[in-house]
Amino acid sequence: MAVVTRDGEPGAAAGTTSRPAAATRLMASRLFASMAGLDWLAKVWWTCLSISLFAGLWELCWAMGWADEKLLPPPHIFLGNIGEQGKYFNTATRWQVGTSMTEGPSAFESVLITGAATTMRVFAGLVIASVLAIGVGVLVRYYRFFDRLVLPTITLLSPVSPIAWLPVAIFLFGIGNAPAIFMVVVALFFHMVLATINQIDTVNTNFINVARTMGASKSQIYLRVIVPAILPGMLQVLRMNLFGAWMVVLVAESTGVGYGMGQVIMLARNTFNPSLVFFTIAVIGVLGFAFDWLLRMAQRRILYWLPDTAERLRVL
Amino acid sequence: MSSENAPHFSSKDAVVCRGVGKTWAAGTKRAHEALRDIDLDIKPGEFVVFLGPSGCGKSTLLYLIAGLEDATGGQIWSFSDKVETPSPERSLIFQETSLFPWLTVWQNVSFGLAIRGASQEERRKVAAEALQRVGLIAAMDKRPDELSGGMRQRVAVARALAMRPKVLLMDEPFAALDVQTRARMQDFLLDVWRDSGASVLFVTHHIDEAVALADRVVVFTSRPGRIKTIYPIDLPRPRNLFSREAETMRIQLTELLRDEVDRAFAEQEAFAVPA
Repeated sequence: MAVVTRDGEPGAAAGTTSRPAAATRLMASRLFASMAGLDWLAKVWWTCLSISLFAGLWELCWAMGWADEKLLPPPHIFLGNIGEQGKYFNTATRWQVGTSMTEGPSAFESVLITGAATTMRVFAGLVIASVLAIGVGVLVRYYRFFDRLVLPTITLLSPVSPIAWLPVAIFLFGIGNAPAIFMVVVALFFHMVLATINQIDTVNTNFINVARTMGASKSQIYLRVIVPAILPGMLQVLRMNLFGAWMVVLVAESTGVGYGMGQVIMLARNTFNPSLVFFTIAVIGVLGFAFDWLLRMAQRRILYWLPDTAERLRVL
Repeated sequence: MSSENAPHFSSKDAVVCRGVGKTWAAGTKRAHEALRDIDLDIKPGEFVVFLGPSGCGKSTLLYLIAGLEDATGGQIWSFSDKVETPSPERSLIFQETSLFPWLTVWQNVSFGLAIRGASQEERRKVAAEALQRVGLIAAMDKRPDELSGGMRQRVAVARALAMRPKVLLMDEPFAALDVQTRARMQDFLLDVWRDSGASVLFVTHHIDEAVALADRVVVFTSRPGRIKTIYPIDLPRPRNLFSREAETMRIQLTELLRDEVDRAFAEQEAFAVPA
């Protein structure tokens, strides 16, 4: 039924599905949703188990007296005094408002504000770097002139450690958000340009040939075939670079380029406070994990056409 | 046979090749000759099968006719136009699935119209027509990965038909399919061919397929590919493939091919010998 109506009236396709079919579909989708929910629960369970195992081993080392609690405080100690540690976060805002250590936002709020500041820098850096890198990568393959002019410099700068750019970031942007974002962009941009070019080169030639036979122009082939074809690979590259971005942003923040998680780590180091170090590491871990999860969700949304291969590889 | 002679051909012919040759990586150390001195005339509405050992350049010739590659010698015309670039009039269907995985079936079929800037309404209409012809109208809103291999190739055929081509070029389109599906697809293709009135150039290395489909079989020599002989299949359609004549033709074609396959093997073995 649905097929016939679709044939006649293209626009009304969704509305004309017959009622029993719609009901079956609804039931099927509910069943699927509940299964997906269980799957999700299982994932949470395994994640908790994985972390508990690690924490448990650490606690064991402490209980046996192998780990000095002043140097390697186990989780129950460094997580136990969140209130105490939290006040070291968000020091920059305190400094900006000019209040003393005991006033201002609560410990929990401070952790949130600092975490959010760092996360925003990573996010901004990732977005800017990927837009620039995909743009430049496409241009390099589109125009031979651009390729010859730009690619040698990019390849030359690619192996330079982002740490080397730190002074440049300070010279150019001083202190604040800008230098930290700049560091993230610089750390990702060059690799991502090379990755984009590599992705373009491995696009199935049949796809391009089909478009050519259909009379597509060069720009149409790039827009309608090459860009969608490289998206899966590019999102993969983006995910891999996400962790790189987190590492660089900490370095940028810890050397006084800005304030944030990196600055808290630096503070902990200078005041010899291992508890604060581990607490910050835990927060960074959670943030990075959440960010990666979000990116995977986005990937699934954007790349709706890709089958899930992980399960197939596992059951081999 | 040489390309120096003035081309003498009817301007109504679907494809005309005169002295066509192709050398890959010409002018370098890795240069190798894929095709030499191909002279061929294909009439409108004719079904021609290119048969030859693998690596003999029959697919290369198809790409040259499609305009996707440039010939290094000779000239190709199609309906009195010189072939220099790809054209929607000559649609190519590949062995591997070449449907865009990010588009639905109907969007794939109407991709050529989208490029010309047709409205969504028109695109959907043309896609529906083409999918009707290949019997896949029900799969219109599906994604390619939801279809079987045979269905995907039918969608690829529909995509080619949507461009109303005068020449359908098919590069071993059924090679990846199982035997039963392949037989069904051959019947399907013959129906499509009869309806469309287009010429079909079909590359295969299966003798059975050649006898089932072709008006004429072009048998290629092994590398560099030349035309060894053009073998007419004058069996009435629909064909009884178990008839004595069909069997005789298969045997004759097998013998024609055997020398070439032997030669190709000997060549490969010569390469495999350690220095």
